[in-house]
Amino acid sequence: MLQLENIVKDFGGLRVLDSLSLQVGEGLIFGLIGPNGAGKTTLFNIISGLSRPTAGRVIFNGTDITNFAPPKIAARGMGRTFQNIRIFKELSLLENVLAGMHRLYTYSPAAMLLNLPIQRREEKLMREKAMEILDLFHLAGKAKRQAESLSYGEQRKLELARALATSPKLLLVDEPAAGMNPAETKELMGEIVQINNRGYTICLIEHDMKFVMGVCRQVAVLNFGELIALGTPEQVKCNPLVIEAYLGKDAC
Amino acid sequence: MIEFLMSFWQTYNTLFYTVLVHGMLALSIYITLACGQLSLGNAAFMGIGAYTAALFTMKLNAPFGIALLAGGMLPAFVALIIGAPTLRLSGVYLAMATLGFGEVVRVAFLNMSITGGSVGLNGVPPKTELWHLFLVMGVLIYFFLKLKNSRFGRALEAIREDEVAASVMGIKTTWFKVWAFAIGAFIAGVAGGLNAHFTFFLSPREYGFDFAVDILTFAILGGTGTFWGPLVGSTILTILPEMLRFIGPYRLALNGLILVLVVIYLPNGIITVKKKD
Repeated sequence: MLQLENIVKDFGGLRVLDSLSLQVGEGLIFGLIGPNGAGKTTLFNIISGLSRPTAGRVIFNGTDITNFAPPKIAARGMGRTFQNIRIFKELSLLENVLAGMHRLYTYSPAAMLLNLPIQRREEKLMREKAMEILDLFHLAGKAKRQAESLSYGEQRKLELARALATSPKLLLVDEPAAGMNPAETKELMGEIVQINNRGYTICLIEHDMKFVMGVCRQVAVLNFGELIALGTPEQVKCNPLVIEAYLGKDAC
Repeated sequence: MIEFLMSFWQTYNTLFYTVLVHGMLALSIYITLACGQLSLGNAAFMGIGAYTAALFTMKLNAPFGIALLAGGMLPAFVALIIGAPTLRLSGVYLAMATLGFGEVVRVAFLNMSITGGSVGLNGVPPKTELWHLFLVMGVLIYFFLKLKNSRFGRALEAIREDEVAASVMGIKTTWFKVWAFAIGAFIAGVAGGLNAHFTFFLSPREYGFDFAVDILTFAILGGTGTFWGPLVGSTILTILPEMLRFIGPYRLALNGLILVLVVIYLPNGIITVKKKD
């Protein structure tokens, strides 16, 4: 589904990603872990088109998307969330999710002006879908509230709901559990698995090892921009390089 | 009573016309603010529209409707040309580009012979009727009401709130910003054309930087959360100086004081939208 070929990224003289190659297979929950500054978010930015690699290629479903602009990549079925939450704070929860559905709509500006049936039909359908998605994250009861009023953990979930609303084939999730309490994290794990069961491929960055070990089928470990390990969670956590660079002895 | 009303109308009908024209201008800047962009070129667009429409009726004897349409199309076209390169970038680039553009337009009006140079254009035929203004304003209100709860309105709001997040959701941010800017220019141009045909006289001075800032103030004072805000703001700012006429020389100072108080106590503008929290 997603194929990274020899990705290099330099910021000035600093090499953040060094000839990184990876494959994310369809249907997986794929974990990307590593210490701070390993280049995980930079990699997400390159995959989603917000930043261009210095060298290398990003292949998504057989298409080279390396130089595509973010909306074009989104249109091919990629959604993402951000480490520093970027929900639309002034909008309601429902409006956030509906905005996420933008590319699923088909009606034209003329249909909007003339109030044609296609617009009413689509808006009604999308609203139903949006409520379903909010329900998946246990947020349906707050659909009319302003997004800013949500707790930190709920804001993360709303962002995930909005990304899911774009109906992506691949969902990039950047630290979904950051700032959540253990109960919220547990609930989120269930929701991530549920999304995956519905056929969405997920690639996530996370520091909470319980979370990663609990949901991911495959894990890649980055350190200073290099891939140091790749495998199932069990394989990875006992890998000496990973213990050295990130997890420590107690993890295994 | 009727006599009073008649004389009242005699004195204030231009003010009433002006309120409607300023309302259109406030809406013209609102649509760019709605996607987080600041245009300081709307006074210039109004000027282009005014001169274009006036020249169409004066030199070509074109029907009023055609003249107004031309007065809207030309600024919209110019906006597409300025907007396409500058709006690919996010941030203040549109404000900077339109600021410069406004000066260019003013100087062009001053020096071109077809616009009458510094003398301006005199004797524009009086064609604007009150119902024209109401019709255009009605169409605009309908447009903004429809836009509000449509996918296009939501896309603009998403861009205003967070352009990066909007772009990774598949919203073509540049496309929306450029069209919003062009539609704003169209509205400003039509307003200019309508204005020209009841003030009968066009001068390059009217469309400079000062007026660009006035238009921005309409929107900021009224609040930019909904399109009603700019309409309320422009109405107040147009009527207020007239109502304060009785205090004579100090009226501009008092006018300024009122604005400062509004900004201090209502930082989000007079009309604010409150969602349930």
